[in-house]
Amino acid sequence: MVKLVAALYAALMNLPERPMKWAQSQLSGGRLGWVFVGPNLAIFAIFTFLPIAFDLHYALTGGTQLLPGDRPYVGAENFASLLDCTDHFDPNSCRRDLFWHGIWNTLAFVGLQVGLMLFFSLLTAIVLNGRIIGRSFFRAAFFYPVLLSPVVVALIWKWILQREGLLNAAMEGVGATPVNWLLDGNWAFFWSVFVSIWAHMGFYTLILLAGLQSIPAEINEASQMDATRPFRHFTRITLPLLMPNVLVVLVLGLIRAVQIFDEVYVLTGGGPGSATTFVVQYIYKTGFADQVRQYGLAAAASLLLASVLLVLTLIQMKGQGGGKQRG
Amino acid sequence: MANLLTARRGRLRWDWTDWAAHLYLVLGTLVMFGPVLWLGLSSVKSESGLQAYPPTILPYEQARIDVPERGTLKLFHVTQGEHAGQDLAEVRRLGLQSQLVDPANPGTLIRLPIEARTPVMRLHAAWENFTDLFSQFSFARIVWNSVFITVVATVLTLLVNSMAAFALSKYKFSGRDQVFLLMLATLMIPPTIVLVPNYLIASQLGLTNSPWGVIWPAVATPTGVFLLRQYMLTLPDELLEAARMDHASEWRIYWRIILPLSSPALAVLAIFSVMWRWNEFLWPMVVLSRSESFTLPLALNSFQGELTTQWHFLLAMTVLTLLPVTAIFVVLQRHIAQGIASAGVK
Amino acid sequence: MGALQLRDVCKQFGPTKVIHNVSFDVPDGSFTVFVGPSGCGKSTLLRMICGLETVSSGEVMIDGQVANDIPAARRGLAMVFQSYALYPHMSVQQNMAFGLENIGTPKAEIAARVGEAARMLRLEPYLSRKPTALSGGQRQRVAIGRAIVREPRIFLFDEPLSNLDAELRVDMRAELAALHRRLRTTMVYVTHDQVEAMTLADQIVVLRAGRVEQVGHPLELYNRPANRFVAGFIGSPRMNFLEATLAEVQNGLVVAALPGFGLVPTNRLASSLQPGAKLTLGIRPEHAALAEDGVVVGQVGLVEQLGGMSTIRLDQPDLTVQIAGQTGLSFGATVRVALPRHVLHVFDEAGLALPAAPAAPLAT
Ligand SMILES: Nc1ncnc2c1ncn2[C@@H]1O[C@H](COP(=O)(O)OP(=O)(O)O)[C@@H](O)[C@H]1O
Ligand SMILES: [Mg+2]
Repeated sequence: MVKLVAALYAALMNLPERPMKWAQSQLSGGRLGWVFVGPNLAIFAIFTFLPIAFDLHYALTGGTQLLPGDRPYVGAENFASLLDCTDHFDPNSCRRDLFWHGIWNTLAFVGLQVGLMLFFSLLTAIVLNGRIIGRSFFRAAFFYPVLLSPVVVALIWKWILQREGLLNAAMEGVGATPVNWLLDGNWAFFWSVFVSIWAHMGFYTLILLAGLQSIPAEINEASQMDATRPFRHFTRITLPLLMPNVLVVLVLGLIRAVQIFDEVYVLTGGGPGSATTFVVQYIYKTGFADQVRQYGLAAAASLLLASVLLVLTLIQMKGQGGGKQRG
Repeated sequence: MANLLTARRGRLRWDWTDWAAHLYLVLGTLVMFGPVLWLGLSSVKSESGLQAYPPTILPYEQARIDVPERGTLKLFHVTQGEHAGQDLAEVRRLGLQSQLVDPANPGTLIRLPIEARTPVMRLHAAWENFTDLFSQFSFARIVWNSVFITVVATVLTLLVNSMAAFALSKYKFSGRDQVFLLMLATLMIPPTIVLVPNYLIASQLGLTNSPWGVIWPAVATPTGVFLLRQYMLTLPDELLEAARMDHASEWRIYWRIILPLSSPALAVLAIFSVMWRWNEFLWPMVVLSRSESFTLPLALNSFQGELTTQWHFLLAMTVLTLLPVTAIFVVLQRHIAQGIASAGVK
Repeated sequence: MGALQLRDVCKQFGPTKVIHNVSFDVPDGSFTVFVGPSGCGKSTLLRMICGLETVSSGEVMIDGQVANDIPAARRGLAMVFQSYALYPHMSVQQNMAFGLENIGTPKAEIAARVGEAARMLRLEPYLSRKPTALSGGQRQRVAIGRAIVREPRIFLFDEPLSNLDAELRVDMRAELAALHRRLRTTMVYVTHDQVEAMTLADQIVVLRAGRVEQVGHPLELYNRPANRFVAGFIGSPRMNFLEATLAEVQNGLVVAALPGFGLVPTNRLASSLQPGAKLTLGIRPEHAALAEDGVVVGQVGLVEQLGGMSTIRLDQPDLTVQIAGQTGLSFGATVRVALPRHVLHVFDEAGLALPAAPAAPLAT
């Protein structure tokens, strides 16, 4: 079996030998490198760089046509229409009220989800870094949901949260009144936050745990010799040394949370009403799910989202600035 | 030696923080893993077993019995009246009345009010939930779509990204660093941002409703290039030089020396790629609109929209979707953890 | 065939020049060692010869043919790297066969050559092992074997023994010497260890800061170092250097004045030097002698007894004397040291050795 795979590998990889040898004879020095990065660059060009340019084109044109040539130029109208509100704090006063519901929901979601997730991942990482029996088992248990498809995650929880689900049964078991978890706006929002923390915190826990484990034992021992109290040890030794990892977690968490879609879309479909509709769902709905596909609006909303992500990424690069974001 | 002993003893002292830590972890494990377990148990419950409320933990099903001349009937336990304590088979139910027979004496009908009987439940794993998926729906087709996309995309991802990483780590050419930065910059452009134009491009290239529409955009990943490049940087240049002295062409150096030596990093990327493709949702949903081209997550999503009542199929399908990922996790748990910890990527 | 000539070879990395106009010949069949302190450019020079590094200016000629633009693989050379650079995922057998496979050598011939090399290097029991399952010495031999099967015109070695422990190094040195005797192929060998250079080479190239200091047979370098650097670098323990001035010239020969001790006659031609000129006297520890009438007087700072020989270090002046046998001297004793004129080296202010008088050959 192994031999077969090796033979197959050799046979396949031998195919480009001649053209590559010819390329090697034509290109001096390191310029052969271009041949090796070529395929990657081409795919990036087609599916990443080109689309960005098109995004701008779509955002500045109207109509429902997909082909760029068929679309009339409308200038900044898509943006204007998205931003048109009598009161920006009241989505219902906006022309594109769903977009604004999406924005405010996303903001609330990001704040809650990232804050809580950071807290729980840090707590879990610290606990796991202590002397724990069966550490790798617990680490695996906390990490496992990370690997699940968001659709699977949503269905797991939908099954538990449905009217006659496990949770309501347990509630009745302890004498509480059952709740229609996903049909109540506030609860649906809560469960969106909960489920997305459930699905992702293992990943961040792992990053933080790796950071904790890379703190040299000598430092902890030295601090122990200095009779540092545990809380002080945490705030003065552990946390500062862990800061780079915390920043990574914070910014990655923010970037992901801003783009929340998959789990929540399957769990609640954005409802009830617009209680769990987020910006990406607005983009998807406007561009692909509505009867009339408004590509221009979707692209304009994408660009607004992209600018937020750009800022977040720049903050990440600045590193230092990321710490202030926490407040 | 004395030092060692005291150190040991120090480690063995067990105070309340240790209890709290373990309690937290046990509760956490319950929250993290319990729901999956619940899904697994539920998925082997029969349709009727799923309707029981409050739900039972283990998969029960109402017992049935073959009664001569009357066929297979549901079994009930009688709680009131003269037949109390007996197990009777229900022939039919008329309003609030139930007509039952004693399986030992199927000739005589017994009439009872329905509240005088409770179903007899029996432990039973409803594997037919799984087998029926394949016979009643074009489920094999969907599994095949997912497998095809996952395998092909992963192989191409490994090839294309490792080629780029090889050039970026082992060659010096003008523009190399700019290329690398450009690739890293694409990390900032998540697919959600370019949904609309990517859909245009996919449709112009004839990729809609084709697995290749999911595969091609996914093949070049900045994460993969970065991960592999960092790893290849640690391979000594002397190896390449030795191979060059050994008359190996550059392509041969790439696939005979660099790729085999990068296998730990390739394994990490392969695991990631499998997860990404197997679990991907939004982009496939945009580019695949015909149900025969659906992947598992898409099928799950549409299934839950259409057939909300058919939980027994939906749960089985969900389990089948998470099964391969779980298997990979169980086998490669350590690699995954290390890969993520070292690369900081998902 | 495997003769090598370097003509005015220079190497620049960006603005920094690390090899300066290096020229010398490596005769066919010789064992030439480049020696010099770390960072002096030995590896760079070797890599230019084998084609892994471009030549900034000048010419590298192999068998009379300018090789500057010939790719590494086609120069017909084989290199043994300092880290061995064994392919970790291939067995010993595959490591040695890889290069031959690349040029499409018939399978039977590959097997024959690998078998022969393995036999020669006593690697036969390990052919199917991976490099990680070998000891340092075995890895070293695999690296050499990989070079041998290619039947190169010239072998190039870059500090091949530096990763081995001292004992193994001595063994491998002997094996390399035996290998050279047997193959009669030109070998170019880089090391910073002058003992290795002395024991292996039939020609040594001493390098310092990218320049050739001296080229010659090991004993020639020992006996007639061209300058103070070579004198200090070749020979162990190191040559003693004493600052002096030119007191007078007698029959064209230097008589040096050693401050605090008096006059020291030498066999070196004064050439155009004038009395008063600054000089450095050089005497190897094994040539300095304890003597009642020795010119240098000092106190013993350290005695190292090796049994068969003893080393006596004086503090003032800083002078090491090596004598055969054992000694009763101990710390603080006062001794006199003679500086026999026929083994005394004299360097001018620029560090160049003054030529010996023709009639009076140096240490024989
Ligand atoms: N690729 C390079 N780029 C810049 N400087 C280099 C490079 N390779 C070597 N050098 C410099 O050239 C000098 C000689 O290096 P090397 O030949 O490796 O010395 P050694 O004699 O120890 O083998 C050193 O100062 C080193 O820093
Ligand atoms: Mg070197």
